[in-house]
Amino acid sequence: MTEQVESLIRKDYAAGFHSKIESDTLAPGLDEDVVRFISAKKEEPQWMLDWRLKAFRAWQEMEEPTWAHVHYPEIDFKALSYYSAPKSMADKPQSLDEVDPELLATYEKLGIPLHEQATLAGVAVDAVFDSVSVVTTYRAKLEEAGVIFCPISEAIKRFPELVKKYLGSVVPQKDNFYAALNSAVFSDGSFVYIPKGVRCPMELSTYFRINEMNTGQFERTLIVAEEGSYVSYLEGCTAPMRDENQLHAAVVELVALDDAQIKYSTVQNWYPGDKDGKGGIYNFVTKRGICHKNARISWTQVETGSAVTWKYPSCILKGDNSVGEFYSVALTNNFQQADTGTKMIHLGKNTSSTIIAKGISAGRSNSAYRGLVRINAGASGARNFTQCDSLLIGDRCGAHTFPYIESKNPTAVIEHEATTSKVSDDQMFLCQQRGLDAEKAVSMIVNGFCREVFKELPMEFAVEAGKLLEVSLEGSVG
Amino acid sequence: MLDIRNLNARVEETEILRNLSLNIKPGEIHAIMGPNGAGKSTLGNILSGRPGYEATSGEIEFNGKNLLEMDIEERAREGLFLAFQYPVEIPGVSNMEFLKASVDARRKHLGQPELSSFDFMKIARETSKRVSLDAAFLKRGVNEGFSGGEKKRNEIMQMMLLEPSLCILDETDSGLDIDALQVVAAGVNSMRSPERSFIVVTHYQRLLDFIVPDYVHVLAGGRIVKSGGKELALELEAKGYSWLEDEVA
Ligand SMILES: Nc1ncnc2c1ncn2[C@@H]1O[C@H](COP(=O)(O)OP(=O)(O)OP(=O)(O)O)[C@@H](O)[C@H]1O
Ligand SMILES: [Mg+2]
Repeated sequence: MTEQVESLIRKDYAAGFHSKIESDTLAPGLDEDVVRFISAKKEEPQWMLDWRLKAFRAWQEMEEPTWAHVHYPEIDFKALSYYSAPKSMADKPQSLDEVDPELLATYEKLGIPLHEQATLAGVAVDAVFDSVSVVTTYRAKLEEAGVIFCPISEAIKRFPELVKKYLGSVVPQKDNFYAALNSAVFSDGSFVYIPKGVRCPMELSTYFRINEMNTGQFERTLIVAEEGSYVSYLEGCTAPMRDENQLHAAVVELVALDDAQIKYSTVQNWYPGDKDGKGGIYNFVTKRGICHKNARISWTQVETGSAVTWKYPSCILKGDNSVGEFYSVALTNNFQQADTGTKMIHLGKNTSSTIIAKGISAGRSNSAYRGLVRINAGASGARNFTQCDSLLIGDRCGAHTFPYIESKNPTAVIEHEATTSKVSDDQMFLCQQRGLDAEKAVSMIVNGFCREVFKELPMEFAVEAGKLLEVSLEGSVG
Repeated sequence: MLDIRNLNARVEETEILRNLSLNIKPGEIHAIMGPNGAGKSTLGNILSGRPGYEATSGEIEFNGKNLLEMDIEERAREGLFLAFQYPVEIPGVSNMEFLKASVDARRKHLGQPELSSFDFMKIARETSKRVSLDAAFLKRGVNEGFSGGEKKRNEIMQMMLLEPSLCILDETDSGLDIDALQVVAAGVNSMRSPERSFIVVTHYQRLLDFIVPDYVHVLAGGRIVKSGGKELALELEAKGYSWLEDEVA
């Protein structure tokens, strides 16, 4: 089957179009003036600028990390542009009718309906195009429930106390190289606030899209769930096909206060580069949540895109009885590289975490699971269950597992299971003998492999994720 | 239906089937018996196009088409079905999803519309009852954790749903308890029709008490060494195979 597996069809990256939208793009380069420029463009208060500058100065002292199991040419951070906004956004539209039709068309092409009446029932959408939040739907309805869902640039102005209190509280400016860079130059992203005891009446969703050439996208997302509240948040990402690599360095912070629950789902489909490994997004993301007493944070991610992925959605289980979950499917094909996993930091008593990580490698790709489970001395009764499964398609790809376990409390119970399997010839033959073509067979087998993770996704996303896998695998069998 | 003429076939570098000819007309049931390693499964694999099995010479005509030129899935869609001697598991893929995809593929090939999930579910439930599998098996992963007998019944269920024109049963009876054997036989008998043919590979005459064949062939050393009616099976049961090998030699 190996040959069969290696030569199947290759369809184009479906989201790989580029929209002709006039934009305001800052010349490449990075210094304090750029930081000031971004802050001024956003009409930010002084405290925000100071916060950015502090991050920028810290970043200048930092080195790019090299420990991840990925290889890519050195990134020239000065050759990137740090701000690009569709021109028509200069006077921000007040309603959808005022949004540039080209822009709406772009989202339509992506299958993301921004028109409220057409929007999937019960999903509010915030769309971020290059560096700016373009439109947020269903705001009125959300505000009725007291839920704030708006671009973070707007939150900085409208809810400065909330932003000041929580921004950087989970991922400090100096946390790591990319987080520091993001803190200095982030241009937009989403802000979510769920008041005490409120169950957010609909799924919240953000779609990110990089359009301009040579721009980096640095979005910043902050979600605060007050005591006893609940929110489910979905994030989707795409980019046009370009021969150059593009940088995406996002930071996501989640704060789940006592008894709150945040479900954060991602379907990441950044352009992965072509079949020869040319182009694609470098995706260096810091995602972290903090759980207070009895709180629960679930990260569910389906990662099929990007040329290089460096991403470890993590949970700090600070409060007693808090729960962290990580469900992940990472698929790499052709020359993609992914180093992804999670960190579960157990601080409180009786905290528990579950990690289900599924890695699928095809073509000449490499994927690595890197996970840390740390049980601090005070975390008596902590429990972790980790299951890491790798599925190989063909024999030129690789899968690696780097589990780190640090336990300082003897009462902790940590279980770790790992498996590596291949799509077997016999499975393929069974499917084909029943009339399925090779492609359908592989995608079915792979979907089956991911089932435990997919069932954690909200319904519409699960369907999308399944289709995405199918498309991403094209070219892996034949 | 199926016409095999002077077939030679090999697996990897080894010649397995030698100069094998077999003609099966619509509605007929042919039983194939023979010692271990004779090439019975190889024949099923060649007919279904399993990778690694290669016909080096000879011709096979299936429903008027050149079988050897067709892809695995084309043969399947055209109505060739192989019930596996050792059914494989596909974890996480529900039996229902798998069955629907296969039935849809066949229907599409025949120019029929896809069944709605609702209609399919109804048919699948009825069919599972016919092979005495609880409907819960439809939700489980394909063969995942099924017992040996359950796997075989699952194969028969697939066959019933796909309504193939040529069914090849490779030792579907081995590993079955008496009741399951009857279930499988009843399933096959219910599918007998003037348009449908069967190749039943078995080691046991017992199965042929339930599924009465039109012809019995003995395959040994990669060739058909004797053919006869259903009474040949009884003779084999009594005498074994060695007398045949002597006869050929
Ligand atoms: N994939 C393979 N690689 C190497 N040899 C093979 C392969 N498949 C079959 N053979 C060989 O071909 C010969 C015929 O095998 P086959 O499975 O067709 O026998 P069979 O008649 O079905 O036997 P049984 O009654 O034990 O099922 C055997 O010697 C077997 O070892
Ligand atoms: Mg056999």
